Amino acid sequence: MVTGWFAGEGDDFRLLGTRCSACASVFFPREDHHCRNPACLGGELVEIPLSRRGRVWSFTDSRYPPPSPYVTDPELPWEPCAFIAVELEAERMVVLGQAAPGITVADLAVGLEVEVVPGVLHEDAETTWTTWHWRPTGVTGVTGVTGVTA
Amino acid sequence: MTKEVAVLGAGMHPWGKWGRSFVEYGVAAAREALADAGLEWPDIGAIIGADTVRGGYPGYVSGAAFAKALGWQGARVGSVYAACASGAQAIDAGRAQILAGLADVVLVVGADSAPKGFFRPAGGDRPDDPDWLRFRILGATNPVYFGLYARRRMAQHGDTPDDFAQVKVKNSAMGALNPHARYRSRVTAEEVAASAVVADPLRLLDICATSDGGAAVVLSSMEYARRLGQAEPVRIRAVATVTPRYPNTVLDLPDIATDSAGAVEPAGETFRRSIARAAYEEAGVGPEDLSLAEVYDLSTALELQWYEDLGLCGEGEGVKLLRDGATALGGRIPVNVSGGLASFGEAVPAQAIAQVCELTRQLRCVAGDRQVVGARVGITANQGLFGHGSAVIAVR
Repeated sequence: MVTGWFAGEGDDFRLLGTRCSACASVFFPREDHHCRNPACLGGELVEIPLSRRGRVWSFTDSRYPPPSPYVTDPELPWEPCAFIAVELEAERMVVLGQAAPGITVADLAVGLEVEVVPGVLHEDAETTWTTWHWRPTGVTGVTGVTGVTA
Repeated sequence: MTKEVAVLGAGMHPWGKWGRSFVEYGVAAAREALADAGLEWPDIGAIIGADTVRGGYPGYVSGAAFAKALGWQGARVGSVYAACASGAQAIDAGRAQILAGLADVVLVVGADSAPKGFFRPAGGDRPDDPDWLRFRILGATNPVYFGLYARRRMAQHGDTPDDFAQVKVKNSAMGALNPHARYRSRVTAEEVAASAVVADPLRLLDICATSDGGAAVVLSSMEYARRLGQAEPVRIRAVATVTPRYPNTVLDLPDIATDSAGAVEPAGETFRRSIARAAYEEAGVGPEDLSLAEVYDLSTALELQWYEDLGLCGEGEGVKLLRDGATALGGRIPVNVSGGLASFGEAVPAQAIAQVCELTRQLRCVAGDRQVVGARVGITANQGLFGHGSAVIAVR
């Protein structure tokens, strides 16, 4: 659905952005047409992987199901979904994403280190839509997150 | 400093869930504004509509929709869409026509019939729309962003959920005095704390509702106002509609990420601050000159952010300003004496115009029980999606 926004498996999973070859500005979601730095005359935009790890800039959750075009199963009760806005040090930017399944706001704190992991946005009989999730570092699996709060 | 335009009339349709067409609300507001100005619709040289995309196809061309409903009379027409900043940009477009000499007197109208629940993007698969993307890929509603800002303030400045609740307590007390407001009962901090969490740490009563509503103003040249015998009308002295500066480093609706500051050092001020600065520079006034402010309290925590962005206090001092009572009626700089969006809810194309209606009443000293004594200078501040933000400064 969002071609070229992320790639890789397991520890090699990374968000993909682009970087201007003239001014080194980085863009995510990827910018493939024109560099958006107003002082740049424009260079080639080259795909680059973003940093795997960053620190929590802020976080929140959604206690009510979001409206379409978000896809939810109306047959199932809504499980609150946490969101993490992550500050990437090298890129000096903040990237928003859903927290990995099982991570709640109780597990999070501003400044906590998190890493990007592959995730599933939605699946039906024919298709699995993949996405990225943020997860506190040192946490594996989808349960047992107690104690990761910084 | 630019030349001024006069506000000859202000009118509103009460906010609520009325279930009627946005055109109906806009026409009611327009007729009230015309009556307030002492003018007839055929006197109007131009009409500018703030667009809605909620009401079906005619909403996209609201200037003409309102003009048709009022009766075609050959006026110059314009329509403006800028999300939540639509109303302010419609006022800016009307003002520009007056200052350019294209029209002597302009009617500016905004109205909407909002759906219940979360705002959502239009239908269809539209992956080139950042607003569609944040819903489809993340399920990130507007309150999710408000929750992020609120939590960030807690971490940075030590604000608490009770501090946020006190904004609602203040605004609901003032909204109780406003007959145009949708919610007219006082709310206690306990009631806020007892309401359901929507986006941690914000609760239902921290977040403004969606509503129907309409607002309109009649603007004219100063010369036209004098010809009508209005020697000292309320005047609009500034309308700031600036864009952000690259790199925009505060995560904002509807974006999934900020610009990177890796290659270009960010400007010393955030986008919201630049909106206020542009207005102050254009008007030749500063925050110390203000008698009142009307700001977009889409959430309680956001109102505190505006205090700082408007320069009413230093960074991180919003809660102290609130707790000191400075922003309540009778305080040094009352904020949202209309009751704010906390009492009105969002009727997107109408609300920035409604802010100017409130300034007009306050500066004329006809605001009744919620009058700010001796009001001389007022500012509005709002922000829409996609890099739109506006502030209006009016004086008497």
